[in-house]
Amino acid sequence: MSTLEKDDSMPTTGAIRIEDVVKVYDPDGAAVMAVDHCSIDIPAGEICMIVGPSGCGKTTLLNTIAGFHGLTSGHIYLDDEILCGPGKEKAEPGSDRIVVFQNGALFPWKTNLENIAFGPMMEGKLSKAEIYDKARKMMADAGLEGTEDSFPGEVSSGLRRRVEIVRALMNEPKVLLFDEPYRALDSLTKSVMHEALLDIYYKNKVTIFFITHDLEEAIFLGHRLIIMSSRPCKPKKIVEVDIPHPRDYSVLTSPRFREIMNEAKGVVNEEARKAFEAGEKEG
Amino acid sequence: MSQSNTTMNLTMYRISSWLKSPKPYLMFIGFGFVLSFWYFSVEVWKLPRFQDMPALTEVIEEWFSKDPYYGLSVYTPEYYKHIGISLRRIAYAFCLATALGVPLGLFLGWSQKLREFIFPLFELLRPIPVLAWVPLAIIMFSGSETPVIFLTFLASFFATTLNTMLGVESIDEEYSRAAYCLGASRWQTFVHVVVPGAMPYIFTGLQISIGVAWFSLVAGEMVSGQYGLGYIINTAYIMVQYSQIIIGMITLGLFGYITSALVRVAGDYMMQWRVRELALGGD
Ligand SMILES: Nc1ncnc2c1ncn2[C@@H]1O[C@H](COP(=O)(O)OP(=O)(O)O)[C@@H](O)[C@H]1O
Ligand SMILES: [Mg+2]
Repeated sequence: MSTLEKDDSMPTTGAIRIEDVVKVYDPDGAAVMAVDHCSIDIPAGEICMIVGPSGCGKTTLLNTIAGFHGLTSGHIYLDDEILCGPGKEKAEPGSDRIVVFQNGALFPWKTNLENIAFGPMMEGKLSKAEIYDKARKMMADAGLEGTEDSFPGEVSSGLRRRVEIVRALMNEPKVLLFDEPYRALDSLTKSVMHEALLDIYYKNKVTIFFITHDLEEAIFLGHRLIIMSSRPCKPKKIVEVDIPHPRDYSVLTSPRFREIMNEAKGVVNEEARKAFEAGEKEG
Repeated sequence: MSQSNTTMNLTMYRISSWLKSPKPYLMFIGFGFVLSFWYFSVEVWKLPRFQDMPALTEVIEEWFSKDPYYGLSVYTPEYYKHIGISLRRIAYAFCLATALGVPLGLFLGWSQKLREFIFPLFELLRPIPVLAWVPLAIIMFSGSETPVIFLTFLASFFATTLNTMLGVESIDEEYSRAAYCLGASRWQTFVHVVVPGAMPYIFTGLQISIGVAWFSLVAGEMVSGQYGLGYIINTAYIMVQYSQIIIGMITLGLFGYITSALVRVAGDYMMQWRVRELALGGD
């Protein structure tokens, strides 16, 4: 992958290989093909942006990687280890691949600190004191000090998203799976979130599989854009974003950003129109 | 420590904002209206169907008399014995209903198999009114105490179980998925997601439960037992001591209200996160 810096800071594990994946939903016999012979290769440490119209099957693809449901055929590998494929119906959900959900899934009944400590507490490898020390430190690093004892319902939605990312990082996952985490945020909060996410990424390099339908977000964050076709979803066009990391918001006004935007826009709009005409709804 | 503090603060806050609002005055007017209607209809206008009704002044005089005509007032130990026995029956029945209903509801909501096994039976028994259980309760249980407690327990148990089950079903699937992602086992997910997630519904169930407990208690005490507020009302009716009926009723209302309030406070204490969210939402 040309745009991925090959320096020492890149992790050696966390590569995801999606091979010929097909997913057909079959509720009461009415087969809905959500993913069609989809192959994507994501090297370790890449920020891979999945762009596609609503209802095309992006969440479905993410759920198969996370292990929330099985696939119809094909294979998914994590570092050459098979996650799911023939003979292994469904990947086992686990803390090497953590999902940041579309609507946010911090536990409202636990404080932010307890939420962040949750993963390691469940694994039970470290003592409670060690875990909470680490959690406080991670929160401070992410600029979240002072909100430890608040409940998620008491803080802004932007802050909740950051807490959720920190919670995911506590388990030291190899892959983070984002399902349109910022779609409900206003554009100003969104840009703050983007810089915060990159900041966290530069400190903890992991592979990022990020679903969005916001093209600007995709180009700003990603090493690479995989533009999906309307349902059933399969890669339609791959766009390399050769703007070097670390990036900040000045990138948005650069000529290269415009060029990439123009290159991607045509395909994205075409697929969105197809989806609209087919009357797709989100699953 | 800090938990009981926030509960205290919240209670104080609620009381002071209540006093500042028009609510207490409206409440006063409401009470005043009903009491004066009672007074005028019986003692002044002497409406035709009201001739046998005990008068307001008569009831108050009897209730607060040092030497009550029918032997029951706030100065007689007998009065407190009836209250105590009713409260004890409520406590046994409510605690038993909670101790059995909450776990059963949790497992019914959690396990599809168990639900298919038990729920139809449950739904068949649930609509049977308490009064229909009276003969069976007397046949099944010896003495006069256990049948009453059993009758009081029944409806509470159904309300608690059903609401707890609905509570489990109401939990967003993303919370369990998030827990699995973070490495929680099935049992850990039950403890950390299912139980707290169902808590709001559980407490709604307990509110209903304490209400129906009083309802069934009175039904039970009217047919069986030698003490209790329901017994007072029934014997006063048979003995034509009408002012005692009213004393029994008002006392029931008072203690019904107090026990419900206790359940609400317990709920606030257990669900700080909810209390704080609601306080923020402005009520
Ligand atoms: N559990 C399911 N059962 C049946 N059909 C589903 C299910 N989940 C999603 N779908 C369908 O699959 C398609 C893709 O859904 P989804 O992956 O959620 O799309 P996206 O995330 O790209 O908006 C939609 O047509 C949706 O209706
Ligand atoms: Mg989606």
